[in-house]
Amino acid sequence: MSIRAVNLCHVYGQGTALEQYALKNINLEIGDGQFIGLIGHTGSGKSTLIQHFNGLLKATSGELFYNGENICAPGYDMKKLRSKVGLVFQYPEHQLFEVDVFSDVCFGPKNLGLSEEEIRERAEEALSLVGLDESYYKQSPFELSGGQKRRVAIAGVLAMHPEVLILDEPTAGLDPKGRDEILGEIEKLHREKNMTIILVSHSMEDVARYADRLIVMNHGEKMFDDTPRNVFRHYRELEAMGLAAPQVTYIVQALREQGIPIDDGLITVEEARDAILRLVGKEPAAGSRKVDAAEEREELAAEAGKKAPAKDGGNSPLSPDGAELTETAGKDEG
Amino acid sequence: MGIIKAVNLIFDYIKRDEEENVEGVDRALDGLNLDIEEGSFVAILGHNGSGKSTFAKQVNGILAPTEGTVLISGMDTRDEDHIWDIRRTAGMVFQNPDNQIIGNTVEEDVGFGPENLGVPTEEIWKRVDESLEAVGMTAYRLKSPNKLSGGQKQRVSIAGVMAMKPKCIILDEPTAMLDPNGRKDVIRTVHELNCREKITVLLITHYMEEAVDADRIIVMDEGKMVMDGTPREIFSRVKELKRYSLDVPQVTELADELAEAGLPVSRGILTMDELLSELVPYMKEHMTCQSEQ
Repeated sequence: MSIRAVNLCHVYGQGTALEQYALKNINLEIGDGQFIGLIGHTGSGKSTLIQHFNGLLKATSGELFYNGENICAPGYDMKKLRSKVGLVFQYPEHQLFEVDVFSDVCFGPKNLGLSEEEIRERAEEALSLVGLDESYYKQSPFELSGGQKRRVAIAGVLAMHPEVLILDEPTAGLDPKGRDEILGEIEKLHREKNMTIILVSHSMEDVARYADRLIVMNHGEKMFDDTPRNVFRHYRELEAMGLAAPQVTYIVQALREQGIPIDDGLITVEEARDAILRLVGKEPAAGSRKVDAAEEREELAAEAGKKAPAKDGGNSPLSPDGAELTETAGKDEG
Repeated sequence: MGIIKAVNLIFDYIKRDEEENVEGVDRALDGLNLDIEEGSFVAILGHNGSGKSTFAKQVNGILAPTEGTVLISGMDTRDEDHIWDIRRTAGMVFQNPDNQIIGNTVEEDVGFGPENLGVPTEEIWKRVDESLEAVGMTAYRLKSPNKLSGGQKQRVSIAGVMAMKPKCIILDEPTAMLDPNGRKDVIRTVHELNCREKITVLLITHYMEEAVDADRIIVMDEGKMVMDGTPREIFSRVKELKRYSLDVPQVTELADELAEAGLPVSRGILTMDELLSELVPYMKEHMTCQSEQ
């Protein structure tokens, strides 16, 4: 067990007129190697919760344990905790600052006081984990595309060798391909490095596809904590909280209402397709579809005899989407 | 001729070193030809870096063409004399609501645009009323924008553009930073403006579900228009869309997969009801005995 919260509460502005409960009696345990989806509407307490996990916020009351040690206890080594629980903020590319990609990724390990050589090794490893090869090392992080910048930012956290990786909406503002690629990399880290992943997302389709456990927050409370399948069965309650289920869930529910005896726990397109085919007596072709969406795209591109558009490396510097993601243009005055 | 017309539009981002020497040229728009009809709702899709945002910035003259022409209601965007008329015709809403809001109260923020146009005070208030009403934010007019949710802020941004009485609104990924509820509200608001006020809408988005109800979808890739058609036409070409790094709504994908497996389901299905009306009768007829056992 890596993270355990006991009656965790967080109050903003305690004792003032603006006192507000951001977290109310949260109890949960997150085991090693789990892939968790954390969902909830804006202001539900998701971000407050994850900032407790790596000690950026202190609980008003209640306790939080990491590997059995109480992190609220006086004298607990917060610096060590932060290197073990990596947090990738929303729009992490805004935090890039170094002259080139490689130095940016080195920044974290450098602050851990590691040897020159180890810093280099860690940076190389982290960059290869997010799929950026040597040709990127000397590029300015500001001249990369949105998806690439985000990978650099994630590599910066990975270079700290975290045991738990928390990502706050890592795919916001990315195109579908960029989204599939980033999520694919995260899934790989989970699978190959057995890293514990906490994915905060607004996309029900994404959490349905990748997470094996879903935690739903609403008004600072934990409302559901179960497999995605079981959570999405409560789609009506989710809607009342300003959330939704994947579109597939609605299709399956509608089929059931029309008297088709289909399982109500289907949450991905592939599952629904196979269940429908089985019901009409057709055997779904095994493995006919690539599970990895990014791989599927590669394959389609290869089929068409052309390089996938915007494939990494094909993206030129100064690509306008960099501007898209860092849009700072003020109010249009005209 | 349409309200927005691009003829052989080329735009290069030019990278210069410290001595202003050209270091590299990156072609963001590459011979774009396009004509957008007044009053239509057009969704523009394309992966990051395909030229969508660059095109949006051409429409209200933030960027000027390197070659070719952009005409807004017949006015050339390179014509300095008309730049304010162009911006009054085509208003823009950006991705991040926090970067677009400047007022201390909602009504002040919405009034900022017309005030800068030199609109008489009485008229400004009238426009503020109408715009807030149009986006359903009247109840919040005296609130501080900081206290609003992302979706509400984005609706205030839209009201701010509306108050300038544009004929056309360009929205550059207006929902990218919003939660599902905020997304729904913004998209509904935009559709209402299009229907009721007959405003031409250009919606740039990465969410395929938001493009389903458009009159027309344009897909961009490498600075060119590569697909152009109704949502049904575009979304029936699932493989092609994926090749352009895009996606289709889950219901469309499911229909396509079932059609691929030999079920009599049309491709290019856009809504759940359409899928059900084709699928349910077939399933009822063909359900094997195992389910009756």
